[in-house]
Amino acid sequence: MSGTPQNPVEKLLRTERMPHIWCPGCGIGTSVNCFARALEQANIDYKNLHVVSGIGCSGRVAGYVNVDSFHTTHGRAIPFATGLAMARPEAKVVVYSGDGDLFAIGGNHLIHAARRNIDMTVICVNNFTYGMTGGQVTPTTPYSAKASTMPYGNFEDTFNLPNLVDACGAVFVARWTIYHVRQLTRSMTKALNTPGFSFIEVLSPCPTLYQRRNKLGDGVMMVQYFKERSTIENGANTADVALGFQGDIVVGEFVERERPTFIQNYNTRMEQVLGDAFVPYEGVK
Amino acid sequence: MESELDAKETSSSSKKKVKGTVYITEDRCKGCSFCVVFCPTGALAMGGRLNHKGYHLPELANPEKCNGCDMCGLFCPDFAIFGVRLKKKETKENA
Repeated sequence: MSGTPQNPVEKLLRTERMPHIWCPGCGIGTSVNCFARALEQANIDYKNLHVVSGIGCSGRVAGYVNVDSFHTTHGRAIPFATGLAMARPEAKVVVYSGDGDLFAIGGNHLIHAARRNIDMTVICVNNFTYGMTGGQVTPTTPYSAKASTMPYGNFEDTFNLPNLVDACGAVFVARWTIYHVRQLTRSMTKALNTPGFSFIEVLSPCPTLYQRRNKLGDGVMMVQYFKERSTIENGANTADVALGFQGDIVVGEFVERERPTFIQNYNTRMEQVLGDAFVPYEGVK
Repeated sequence: MESELDAKETSSSSKKKVKGTVYITEDRCKGCSFCVVFCPTGALAMGGRLNHKGYHLPELANPEKCNGCDMCGLFCPDFAIFGVRLKKKETKENA
């Protein structure tokens, strides 16, 4: 095989674990592919990068990337990542997890990390269901969609993820689908280079559970739906970007704002109160 | 409409055509066909061959159409395919 070029993302992957467990037509792998290219474009030193995942299909990402990674308990990816970000402020901390993990079980952690503006990048792969445990309803399952725990269609109102994290004060909020591979890569690069809490929602197909139960075809058909019904609206008001069942999708980079991070706020306040006696916090040495 | 097509054809033929090819790691492929459906030039097609897990593999059905843009590589959820640009007068065999 000498002389054969190598896949450009090969060096970020634990190739001995491939092929991975994700189903044919699942979009999580595509988002990891974009993430690997974004890391290269953002010129990030892999030694200074931590990838933290929770539980679920998307939680497997931490096991497949060949960097310092952390597979944590269900919903608690952000508390672990907060600890890392506090101890090593110079490092890049990326939380890579699913909608059920981040917004249902770990919802409270997420809103407080965004409120405090802890320096981390959160990538949420939204496949509208709990994939690994059998297709139960999540806070992001659209109204009227069927799930194993909602056989007559979901009657709950859903979370509008960009609006929620925007209201909590995230400094960068974007949403893309896995059809928008180039834009997603660019947004990931931008999020990695933004100090503070940045959030990217990635809409992804789940052919095995969500689509089979709702008769939506395979992975390709879902990505074609993303292609046909998406409109790019950068800077759109996040209150207007809610998703419906097979409805229109607004994608883009919605929010970019500047706020002092948690550590900056702490240092500023303590300096005001304690004056010269205070030694600014610069991480655990 | 017809003249527009003609103009397009002449402009593309007068330009130097970029050549490319794809490399497939067959054991990783799960036959989802993302690469085939979203190939911007239509160079790929699902082939009749199967890999060791029994998934259908994509193949470079129209090698002359491939420009090595690596869109297949970006879309592939299994890291099984990627495209490369070929230098002038280079083929996959002597690359």
